[in-house]
Amino acid sequence: MHRILLCAVALAMAMPAAQAQESLPQMRDELKKLQQRIDELEGRVKDAESTATQAATQASSRPQAESALNPGVSVILNGVYANLSRDPATYRINGFVPTMGDVAPPTRGFSLGESELAFMANIDHMFRGTLIGSISPDNDSIGVEEGYIQTIGLSHGFTIKAGRFFSAIGYQNQIHAHAWDFTDAPLAMRVFLGGQLNEDGIQFRWVAPTELYWDLGTELGRGRAFPASLSESGKNGAGSLNFFTHVGGDIGQSIAWQTGLSHLRTNPRERTFDDPTAGVSDSFNGTSRLWVASGILKWSPNGNPTYNNLKLQGEYFRRKEDGTLVFDSPGAALANGYDSRQSGWYAQGVYQFLPTWRAGYRYDRLDSGAVSIDTSASGLTAADFPILAGYKPKKHSLMVDWSPSEFSRIRLQYARDYSRMGQPDNQVFLQYIVSLGAHGAHTF
Amino acid sequence: MKTALKVLLASFAAALAWPALAALNVFACEPEWAALAQELGGDKVSVFSAVTPLQDPHRLEARPSLISRMRGADLVICSGSELEIGWLPLLFTQSGNDRIQPGSPGYIEASQFVVKLEIPKVVDRALGDIHPSGNPHIHLDPRNIAKVGDVVTERFVEIDARDADYYRSRAEDFNKRWEQAMQKWRQEAQPLKGMPIVVYHKDMSYFINWASMREAGSLEPKPGIPPTPTHLAELVERMKRSPAKAVVYSPYNNPGAAQFLSQRANIPIVPLPFTVGGTPKAKDLFGLFDDTIERLVAANK
Repeated sequence: MHRILLCAVALAMAMPAAQAQESLPQMRDELKKLQQRIDELEGRVKDAESTATQAATQASSRPQAESALNPGVSVILNGVYANLSRDPATYRINGFVPTMGDVAPPTRGFSLGESELAFMANIDHMFRGTLIGSISPDNDSIGVEEGYIQTIGLSHGFTIKAGRFFSAIGYQNQIHAHAWDFTDAPLAMRVFLGGQLNEDGIQFRWVAPTELYWDLGTELGRGRAFPASLSESGKNGAGSLNFFTHVGGDIGQSIAWQTGLSHLRTNPRERTFDDPTAGVSDSFNGTSRLWVASGILKWSPNGNPTYNNLKLQGEYFRRKEDGTLVFDSPGAALANGYDSRQSGWYAQGVYQFLPTWRAGYRYDRLDSGAVSIDTSASGLTAADFPILAGYKPKKHSLMVDWSPSEFSRIRLQYARDYSRMGQPDNQVFLQYIVSLGAHGAHTF
Repeated sequence: MKTALKVLLASFAAALAWPALAALNVFACEPEWAALAQELGGDKVSVFSAVTPLQDPHRLEARPSLISRMRGADLVICSGSELEIGWLPLLFTQSGNDRIQPGSPGYIEASQFVVKLEIPKVVDRALGDIHPSGNPHIHLDPRNIAKVGDVVTERFVEIDARDADYYRSRAEDFNKRWEQAMQKWRQEAQPLKGMPIVVYHKDMSYFINWASMREAGSLEPKPGIPPTPTHLAELVERMKRSPAKAVVYSPYNNPGAAQFLSQRANIPIVPLPFTVGGTPKAKDLFGLFDDTIERLVAANK
């Protein structure tokens, strides 16, 4: 640019004034043409330069072979402030087992929740591996929440998973706590699945070749966790058996839905539970059959959830248990015939009313149902098992949360919990949940 | 008896031959790749797009219907570079389909075949939802469409060798038409050189680069973070000092923030198609570029 100007000036000076006046318009034209060509060339050089730099950056930003094969790593941190009107040490859900520590809310005041550490990667063309450890802050222990391999090399819709994984029973059980819409698990999950059920075992799943989503699956597990329970010797074969199926699809562009049905069969051996009302420890032997029906519906305008969206979710649980109940197992073991049919459900709705803000409500309801304890043989009465006395616990929960990005969330939740017979508990939770590292994908 | 046997054999043969007659199922993550596959595959392919023009490709969910589609797919085409990281990996693991897993011929990560822009020097989430391997919205540079098109044809031929000649002749025809169109667009886009525009999200970068335009700001304070009042106020001030020629947004963006800036800073607002189907005129890839250039040129006058 400067050069052209200089040239022009020099040319103009070298020429006699008269001549210059005559040919000035011509020269202007030529200069203009030259300018255009230079612009064009400059553009091309710029293009070439930027392509070269980009190529160089792309090449240099490629990680070295060894670190490139590192698995995806992510960390979930969460912390809660809890304000509870009743002492969580006395927590129980009347009419149901498990009890106390297994189902109780977090301690009062500030507490660090379980931190999660996840590694995942494809192992080879056949398998993918996932390990999710949870670091519990209170008893300084590291637990394996999930650790499994899963096939990616099978065709025709088949997938096999083996190891420890969250059971595909119901809907919310498969979802990690940090992705839940409320701070705590629904009451029904606590009393029917002991909070969240993860089994050691193997899962077979088949997706049907239909346009409407349909899957069928089964899980064979060791029976390591509630509602199953192993006696010390354990046994060969499967201690728990779960069958599940899901159907799902879209309605127009704005609605996606999924329903599911599952059936879990276990045979608990010496499944102990504390009865806080009587101050004794009892146990159960027998068979446990659980049915779960679940439904989920998500709405967003034109299927774009960025600004507004609504999520409705509900699950219904029904359990039938037959067997014998042992009163105060460490002491005088007295066996009684036991037979129960219990049920429970919850329904919740969460609405995102602004791009980073959501509000939700959940209603929990349980029915301790018909429990019959055969007392004819032992001379005990139903009054010896006060925790199992008939009751219909319920709970209302309200929450609002703010997520400045996909990776962080701050939530305020208020709940009025009628789990203890005649003693409603007001619970306030203020919670943060953040994720560091690899971007995890969330199940529908 | 013999005729019965013949009928049985014939129907058995027909059943065996059926998969070969059936169209190739193409699962495209974004509408632009669906359109490209349709151009190149003609009636030998049946194409499905996971994202619609009104949906944000970053924020889809692994819906059950997408898992079903993925299960039956013969070829998957996605932008990649972590654009679909929130949902695509789940479709891979849940579909039980070994033909389309990453690394197999049935999966095309389109952004791997072009020169990427905006590869960050520093990767930190404090900078927003950035993509470590570069900007994934590669399709708005017409040269990239041609590059990815070659890969798509190559894979069609590999997966469905029987129809190789068909795919090759379609590719030849498409490339010729695309080359001509690119020359035309080069001419038409001349006036856009140096034109400063405000974008919503950094999803126009490849077009801006191709047309030698200038990005004068974005409505999102950081990639993936929704517009905030403070950031918009700042942007209004900046526009008063050095105004942009237009504020543009894509169909999946809420026009609210763009309207706010447009009114306060007195800059025309230009909705762009962003992808195939994003405006009535952008009904195929040719229309997408025709309409994008036309709208920007009109705003630049």
